[in-house]
Amino acid sequence: MITEETIKTTVVELLKRAVTKLPPDIEDALNTAYQKETSEVAKMQLKAILDNINMAQETVTPMCQDTGIHIFYVTLGKVKTGNVEKAIRDGVREATETVPLRPNAVHPLTRKNPGTNLGENMPSINYGLSDADYVEISVMPKGAGSENMSKLAMLNPAQGIKGIKQFVLAALQNAGSKPCPPVILGVGIGGSADISMKLAKKALLRPVTKRHSDQKIAELEEELLEALNETGIGPMGMGGKTTVLGVTIEYAACHTASHPVAVNIQCWAARRASARIYEDKVEYGWFT
Amino acid sequence: MKELKIPLAEEDVRGLTLGEIVYISGEFYTARDEAHMRALEHLEEGKALPVDFEGKAVFHCGPIVRKLNGEWEIVAAGPTTSTRMNTLEPEFIEKLLPRAIIGKGGMGKETLKAMEKFGCVYLAITGGAAVLAAKGIKKVKGVEWLDLGMPEALWILEGERFGPLIVAMDAHGNSLFANVEAQVIKNTEEIKKKLGLS
Repeated sequence: MITEETIKTTVVELLKRAVTKLPPDIEDALNTAYQKETSEVAKMQLKAILDNINMAQETVTPMCQDTGIHIFYVTLGKVKTGNVEKAIRDGVREATETVPLRPNAVHPLTRKNPGTNLGENMPSINYGLSDADYVEISVMPKGAGSENMSKLAMLNPAQGIKGIKQFVLAALQNAGSKPCPPVILGVGIGGSADISMKLAKKALLRPVTKRHSDQKIAELEEELLEALNETGIGPMGMGGKTTVLGVTIEYAACHTASHPVAVNIQCWAARRASARIYEDKVEYGWFT
Repeated sequence: MKELKIPLAEEDVRGLTLGEIVYISGEFYTARDEAHMRALEHLEEGKALPVDFEGKAVFHCGPIVRKLNGEWEIVAAGPTTSTRMNTLEPEFIEKLLPRAIIGKGGMGKETLKAMEKFGCVYLAITGGAAVLAAKGIKKVKGVEWLDLGMPEALWILEGERFGPLIVAMDAHGNSLFANVEAQVIKNTEEIKKKLGLS
């Protein structure tokens, strides 16, 4: 039996880890970008980012003041648990106080901020099932700067792969300096309007170094990554060679009459953390 | 590299050139969507504002702040996306005369015009680098409009070599962001060819 208390404590630790330390694939990509840039302004932006990452990690302080809204991915194995949803909500409330996180969740109409990061359907929890003897929880704190630049299109099937490329390019161009580039593009293709958007976000859990197992999708990821870095938007939109650190695509089969494409944009502070909770231990890492 | 002291005079900011790196010291204020709206509402209704923005700097920022032994302390304080304030800033600059807007991502043409007309600059600070930014904030001197919530409240800060900041929109109608955007449009044509789109 995995108790509510264990899940809650794990959630607090996950949130602390996520907001204070970047996954290694992102940190490596930022270091490589710094080496590659030649303009003074671009180098200065990346230097500030890298210095900031180190300071955040050393002092266990959130690297960005926008600690986001909280998106959880929970995979329940064949193991008994306490009330997972209640434990996650309690964990978010506690982490908001102790880490601390910025209270971001407000009522969409009154804009009232309860100060807890809790609200109707927030945090958002996605559930899955597995045969494992553990519960896996991943958290993605998602800031608004990049999220606000996300896009969805219900294309016509006749627009094909060209339509996808055109739409992703337009989404990045529209985002420009606003989402704190260099960014990561999570792209969802197929399914339905909601499914493609969910896939676009889920794609951001995958390390930028890992290509999709489907060869065609992997090639599209590579092609877009290379092309989009030629826009010249650069770090913070002030010009440079590095605009996109990664493109990750997930897809689903779709209706023969549909061609949905979604782009979820992630800032350079691509925060995520995962844990596996067994009956007798908890393992932390980046499992996705 | 230039060190600037707040309050800033009009000639201080008129003398800054695009791309120049500056640090600022002195009293400045956070204000984003809600604080901008409330300040303009107060002006409309003839109500007094809690602070005098003239000659000061406005920081587009919703910080993480905590109270330790009864004193507010900044934990993390990077910039927010400035374009959200595009529709509010021209009037804010005209009526309240701040001399610098600090943020990320740049602002639109109308704001650039207001900056040229009334003498104000846009100073870009690296987005997301919130621990680095917090290092340049010596003290939280107070807070107003906390009913708007921690991110949207008006925080009164004391800066000490706050930066590095880049003069990304000057007081003469030039914008580094607009320059990059024009180049991006050109580059996009090439990318379209490469991707087989044109």
